[in-house]
Amino acid sequence: MTGTAFWFASRATGVISLFLFSVVAILGILVNRQGRLPGLPRFAVTALHRNLSLLTVAFLGTHIVTAIVDGYAHIPWLSTVVPFSSGYDRFWIGLGTVALDLFIAVIITSLLRDRMKPSMWRAIHWLAYVSYPVIVAHSMGASKDLRSGWLLALTLATVFAVVTAMGYRLLDALSAVPRHGRVPVQFEQAGQSRADTVRPDQTGSLR
Amino acid sequence: MTAAMRDAATRDAASADRPAAPIGLPRLLPADGQPMNLAAHLRVHGQMHYRGGPRMLIHTIESAGLTGRGGAAFPTHRKLTAVADQKGAPVVVGNGAEGEPASDKDKTLLWSSPHLVLDGLQLAAEAVGARKIHLYIHREPRLVRRLDSALAERTAAGLDRIAVNLVTAPQRFLAGEASALASRVEGGDALPRFTPPRMFERGVNGAPTLVQNVETLAQVALISRYGPAWFRSLGTDAEPGSMLTTMRLANGGGGVAEAAIGTPIAGLLRLREYPAQAVLVGGYHGAWLSAEQAGRLTLSNADLRQLGAAVGAGVLAALPADRCGVVESARVLRYLALESAGQCGPCLNGLPLIADTLALLANHTSAPSARGDLARWSKLVERRGACHHPDGTVRFLRSALTVFASEVALHEAGGCSAHTYQPFLPIPAGSPDHKDDWS
Amino acid sequence: MDERLRVNPILCSGHGLCAELVPELIDLDEWGYPLLSAEPVPRELRQLARRAVNDCPALALMLVRDPK
Repeated sequence: MTGTAFWFASRATGVISLFLFSVVAILGILVNRQGRLPGLPRFAVTALHRNLSLLTVAFLGTHIVTAIVDGYAHIPWLSTVVPFSSGYDRFWIGLGTVALDLFIAVIITSLLRDRMKPSMWRAIHWLAYVSYPVIVAHSMGASKDLRSGWLLALTLATVFAVVTAMGYRLLDALSAVPRHGRVPVQFEQAGQSRADTVRPDQTGSLR
Repeated sequence: MTAAMRDAATRDAASADRPAAPIGLPRLLPADGQPMNLAAHLRVHGQMHYRGGPRMLIHTIESAGLTGRGGAAFPTHRKLTAVADQKGAPVVVGNGAEGEPASDKDKTLLWSSPHLVLDGLQLAAEAVGARKIHLYIHREPRLVRRLDSALAERTAAGLDRIAVNLVTAPQRFLAGEASALASRVEGGDALPRFTPPRMFERGVNGAPTLVQNVETLAQVALISRYGPAWFRSLGTDAEPGSMLTTMRLANGGGGVAEAAIGTPIAGLLRLREYPAQAVLVGGYHGAWLSAEQAGRLTLSNADLRQLGAAVGAGVLAALPADRCGVVESARVLRYLALESAGQCGPCLNGLPLIADTLALLANHTSAPSARGDLARWSKLVERRGACHHPDGTVRFLRSALTVFASEVALHEAGGCSAHTYQPFLPIPAGSPDHKDDWS
Repeated sequence: MDERLRVNPILCSGHGLCAELVPELIDLDEWGYPLLSAEPVPRELRQLARRAVNDCPALALMLVRDPK
């Protein structure tokens, strides 16, 4: 295999990883908001979120290995986990490493989620939000591919979709009824709809 | 339990330097009604004697047959043993946060006889091998000051082996719930937690925790001085001893009084002089009884359990004939719904719906489906919360619908037999709109 | 050894995944919260029950081993 083949493989799997991660993030927000995909039961949305994230691991792993094996960039193996330690393009690769570190934390805790306190798992899972801007910055900075043409357009559209979803999630969190306010809200709703009861997704937003 | 230990216990009880054991009532409360400072306490009850090691008190408590006075009536010696058996240094918490608006016994006991409670705390701590003690009360400034000064008196006299940490709690119904108490003692909000683990296994900061009502602790202090035989000289065989009750007579009188378990309720509430239409027994998680039922029963779980009621927190409220049981119950339901911690879906959803529907029934504007709805929601909230708030609420509701069945029917037809809607049962003023602090 | 489903009602926020996966043992009440069968999980449903426990987004569902 020539250096160029590895380099192309790295760029291609990098792009795919970015888009996969974006879809995973949107699906994660959908699960959290108790949303649904048309025609799919809720457990399928959760399953899709998990399975695509594992697929992302595969593509991401390939992206990293091929980049290192390709001699051109002189990226040491250490740089996979220690940020800003590569000689080539130290800053942009370093961002990639930061994102990977966060991503690894999320994946490992999710694989072990039934063995840890829910609050701990949730806190680490939020690192996914933190990692997204880092991933986007790394993608646009480390390679010229996404900076022009249809890839640029696709990237902008994807980022827009994720940012919108995250914004929606943030808004929901900020406007969520605090725990001590939940009962008065229930009283109001009980008053308005005597026989009707509160719908499940409405209760979800009272979290 | 060795023969030597048994002898020591008997000796202690009959010790010559101890004042004579109280005959009859009162036992827990001061005979002259005056709050007792340390000097008065020592004059009346003499010195407290430590037993000399963990577990030594437990057999005495078992012989006395003491059960918890916090509402659950759990055998105290079994609780002590369960905590003492755990690995790790236990924590003892005296629970004086009764939470129940209709009950004043714990605050009265803490005000009048704090040293009995504080003695009991030290004895219980010794019995389970604890090294930390907390006293948990509602945030009431006068009571806090009183207890602070009682503790200072004891420190000056060198009475307490373990320092007592006073922890204050919000004035909420659930503040005295065991896991909410643990949460608050740890420094968080007084919110119930999911069980398991149980308090005796892992409570405050993961340590085995003994949570005991303050009245139970005071009883422990008395039993330790005067012995099991003395304790059993009042009450019944199955439920020995005295208990504190908060009574509301139909004429408006009442208050906190000590009674022997097994005393007829009709006598306590003077039902012949002041007739009532129904009696609430236990508290707002208790049950209504018809006047006829209350009239022939005694204040004991043996009698009350047959009717789905229990002694509970010792509340006895006799509803006068001129009030409306449906309206009173609707007010209580609204209070109970507002006191939900709001953590669990079924309670959070169900209690406001139940309260709202009962309110509509009280106002003669209920839908025909009201009774069916109430029954359905009752089944949906029972045992589906992290704590027993929905269970107790449903018990109260079901008893109200049974005892006031004819009144309910009257309301459905647009009428009411009451002459006044003056509130009888106490609902805290400015009933919490739930924004109030839980910390 | 008998296994039974149990839910932590404080963590549960009514996602409803569990009822979709194991409708034989889990129903939803009118507010979207799970009504669990009190019976032990039959052997043929054990795998599905475990999946429901793993997939619960709130980590609220549990399988407990204690005899009732």
